[in-house]
Amino acid sequence: MTDTQPIQAPEGREAWRAALDAAKTRGVEFTSISGTPLEPLYGPEDLQGSPEDQLGYPGQFPFTRGVHPTMYRGRLWTMRQFAGFGTARETNERFKFLLGHGQTGLSVAFDFPTLMGRDADDEMCRGEVGQVGVAISCLADMEQLFDGIPMGEVSTSMTINGPAPILLAFYIACAERQGVDPAIIRGTVQNDILKEYQAQHAWLVPPEPALRMITDVMEYCSARVPKWNTISISGYHIREAGSTAAQELAFTLANGLEYVRRGIARGMDVDEFAPRLSFFFDSHLDFFEEIAKFRAARRIWARKLRDEFGAKDPRSWMLRFHTQTAGVSLTAQQPENNIVRTAFEALAAVLGGTQSLHTNSMDETLSLPTEKAVKIALRTQQVIAEEIEVAHVADPLGGSYFVEAMTDRLEAEAEAYFTEIERRGGVVPSIDAGYFQKEIHDSAVSYQRAVERGRKRVVGVNCYTEGEEELEIELHRIRPEVEQEARANLARLRAERDPQRAEAALQAIRTGCHDGSNLLERFVAAAHADCTLGEIAQVLREEFGEYVEPKIL
Amino acid sequence: MSERRIRVLVAKPGLDGHDRGAKTVASVLRDHGMEVVYTGLHKTPAMIAEIALQEDVDVVGLSILSGAHMELFPRVREELVSRGMERVLMVGGGIIPKDDMAALEGQGFAKLFGPGTNTDSIAEYIKEEVARRWAEEGSEA
Amino acid sequence: MTDATRASLADRLLAGERGALARMISWAENAHAGFPAALEAFWSRVGRAPRLGITGPPGAGKSTLVDELARAVRAQERTVGVLAVDPSSPLTGGALLGDRIRMEDHTTDPGVFIRSMASRGSHGGMARAAVDAMDVMDAYGLDEVFVETVGVGQAEYDVVAAADTVLVVLCPGAGDGVQALKSGLLEVADVIAINKADLPGADRLATDMEESVHIRTAGREVWTPPVVTCSAGRRDGVERVLEAIASHRAHLEDHLVEHRRAKRVQQVRQVVGQRLDHALWVTGACAPRVEAHLREGVTPYAAAARLFEDLTRSLGDLVQEPSA
Repeated sequence: MTDTQPIQAPEGREAWRAALDAAKTRGVEFTSISGTPLEPLYGPEDLQGSPEDQLGYPGQFPFTRGVHPTMYRGRLWTMRQFAGFGTARETNERFKFLLGHGQTGLSVAFDFPTLMGRDADDEMCRGEVGQVGVAISCLADMEQLFDGIPMGEVSTSMTINGPAPILLAFYIACAERQGVDPAIIRGTVQNDILKEYQAQHAWLVPPEPALRMITDVMEYCSARVPKWNTISISGYHIREAGSTAAQELAFTLANGLEYVRRGIARGMDVDEFAPRLSFFFDSHLDFFEEIAKFRAARRIWARKLRDEFGAKDPRSWMLRFHTQTAGVSLTAQQPENNIVRTAFEALAAVLGGTQSLHTNSMDETLSLPTEKAVKIALRTQQVIAEEIEVAHVADPLGGSYFVEAMTDRLEAEAEAYFTEIERRGGVVPSIDAGYFQKEIHDSAVSYQRAVERGRKRVVGVNCYTEGEEELEIELHRIRPEVEQEARANLARLRAERDPQRAEAALQAIRTGCHDGSNLLERFVAAAHADCTLGEIAQVLREEFGEYVEPKIL
Repeated sequence: MSERRIRVLVAKPGLDGHDRGAKTVASVLRDHGMEVVYTGLHKTPAMIAEIALQEDVDVVGLSILSGAHMELFPRVREELVSRGMERVLMVGGGIIPKDDMAALEGQGFAKLFGPGTNTDSIAEYIKEEVARRWAEEGSEA
Repeated sequence: MTDATRASLADRLLAGERGALARMISWAENAHAGFPAALEAFWSRVGRAPRLGITGPPGAGKSTLVDELARAVRAQERTVGVLAVDPSSPLTGGALLGDRIRMEDHTTDPGVFIRSMASRGSHGGMARAAVDAMDVMDAYGLDEVFVETVGVGQAEYDVVAAADTVLVVLCPGAGDGVQALKSGLLEVADVIAINKADLPGADRLATDMEESVHIRTAGREVWTPPVVTCSAGRRDGVERVLEAIASHRAHLEDHLVEHRRAKRVQQVRQVVGQRLDHALWVTGACAPRVEAHLREGVTPYAAAARLFEDLTRSLGDLVQEPSA
């Protein structure tokens, strides 16, 4: 407090409080979407620490206000729509469509067989090939996917985790076949296995060998694919599985810190790999809580990396992140309303300083998005970027009493979770004990209850409903022949490749599992030998064992 | 003397890892007094049917968000029938287009629940339907 | 249901029909009116399978160890039935039964039969249903029967105590050893396995358990439970657990029949105890009589003494079986 405070302030506050207490308020719960009670007003008394320590300046420690000095004056965020379905050829066409409409980066969605490390002709995969993403079982499929797309120029994000090192090997080998030096390719592989055990559940092998392969990727890329982001540490799936904003923030950063520990334990210098770690968050409906979450994430990461891990390179301190609007916030009822929800979520991501953004399509609770819905989603970002003038000022909500208080609170909640995880022996033991899974499940059930009891309101679901409405949007269905075509392609590949070379490459992986070799290097060799994803993954399953989820219910 | 309780199998067929809905529904059914066996993820139709048999459940509930429902749901049904369990109450939920729901309801599934369904209404539906079936069993004896 | 269909379920069970095995276990857990007669029909086939009870605190890794033990039994080409008992919610009576998640490899193996059972509140009821279910699995012809409970209290110990051999599973971590001692878990143990032996504190826990076993059994002509370490999740040391179980079985060899008969006496005592309690207090005349005593202003002890006197003098007068 300084003596420039107006003398009437205390009386003004009391009068306001009295007026508030006397007034009738709406009969809803005044909480954030995560269930945190909110004050009716925030003021200077809610601020903690000094602005220099808590905020700094854009591009400066602790990066609360953003990672670039210019923010969006220099360059807009990357508009990166996640896409993939059917065969590699069909997705290749969708990629060209999106690039043609002004999208600036590619983002590959894989189907479940690929995400689980299985070939399209595996018996386990009947009915799933090409359904929710593209089926990529071998290098030839990857070549088809990037046919006519210059891999030295686009940046590509691949959402894949359990078998991520294998798919990255296909990508590197594919670039090599296009005549592109891997040293210049840009992109991101999600490669975040910890959150798979916690939330998303597309795993291949147990945590320890999986973490070893991730460290292999970090090591290989820092030497040979230096522009590649080796892990996209993802809160998105944690949030979509039902967590609160604080849990998303805390668990994601705890995972990130675990990868840093593993890299250091491998003998790497933290500044050698930390600049290539990036993040991926959800942007949910609670506008201010989400903005505060993004700001808190940057500040926590910067403090941890500098003060706990001794990183010297400012790029190691910077938390750069991709955002996707919340799929779970979309409703099957009155689906056009989803355009509006997505727009608000996208705006929160931009005001929170995201580096890239995916906006969901309105029809995603019904099926895969149609081209029309995808285009509206992309146009939503373009309207935010071009028309509403929000991209000119860095961290425009910085200094808002409410947003700062929320940022501080989320940071404190995350710290409390870090302490609890530590008490439980760290991230992997907490996964084994089902701790994260149980926390997320409990939050999911509690939110579901809040909606069903009417404490939280969802338009078209528990208020302003219209009864049985007929769906008027056209559905995108996968052609039934996709699976047959993929099976035929694989049969041809297996018949035509050099069997000795393929077998030798698999054998090299098998021995590499136990002799400490860098497995990514061996996967690249296996990709060139036309070994399939399923064959490589099977070797890993045999050598490292399969993961079995803990009981949490 | 114990009373008979509704036993439900909540199952995740196929490779999709989205278990938020399945686990939430399992918890809600438990809160409605049912005994719920949860299969865990990534189960084949044969595994699901075998578990249903061993657990002697009254209800099999399938959850799927991978788009493979038209392949996997009927296969679960076939596996159950081959084990003599054609009378078990079969329900399902997930991202399933309306046409597919109607098709499955013609193939031995009693009811499909889409996104946004109130979970209590799922529990109430199961209670009514099982009570009706138990009453039928009793009158057949 | 008619007597004919009841007999046929028992016949189908004895004929090796899996569906009949599952349904007969349901009869056992529901205390179905047809179960006593069915038991009569297959009683001669009960008593062949060795029975192993497994218990321990939550998180000790019981299901993982059970999974590995089942794998070992299958490797000897013997079949196994697993009964996994989980607590029911005291509030709603419902239950979430998820133990089989850890045993998914066995799901489609015809030599393994896994059944989840909810404890359904009443203590005696759980033990009764579990023993009946084990009898059903045994009569069906499974070569081994396992019963697993979460070791959280006396009721759960009663369930496993009905088995021939009781394996108590512990793991290093906050106070588990102390808890085990306090809760009476060790009283039922024939074998103690320290699981997750790769974690810090495992050796210390093993030493502590050996010490307490020693104090309890020293100088007495009783079985001394061996303490073994393993890491079931890493498939390490499971053979030591098997050896310890085998050694207890060898020890029982000579007097297995008496050992089992003693356990059956306990089962009968529980059944009679429950029926008697119901007959005295629910359908019988004890409650009004005690109320009358209390109305006179006597102490609860005096009222109890009067009732006890009446009971011992004229039991028949006070007891009335439930009508139907």
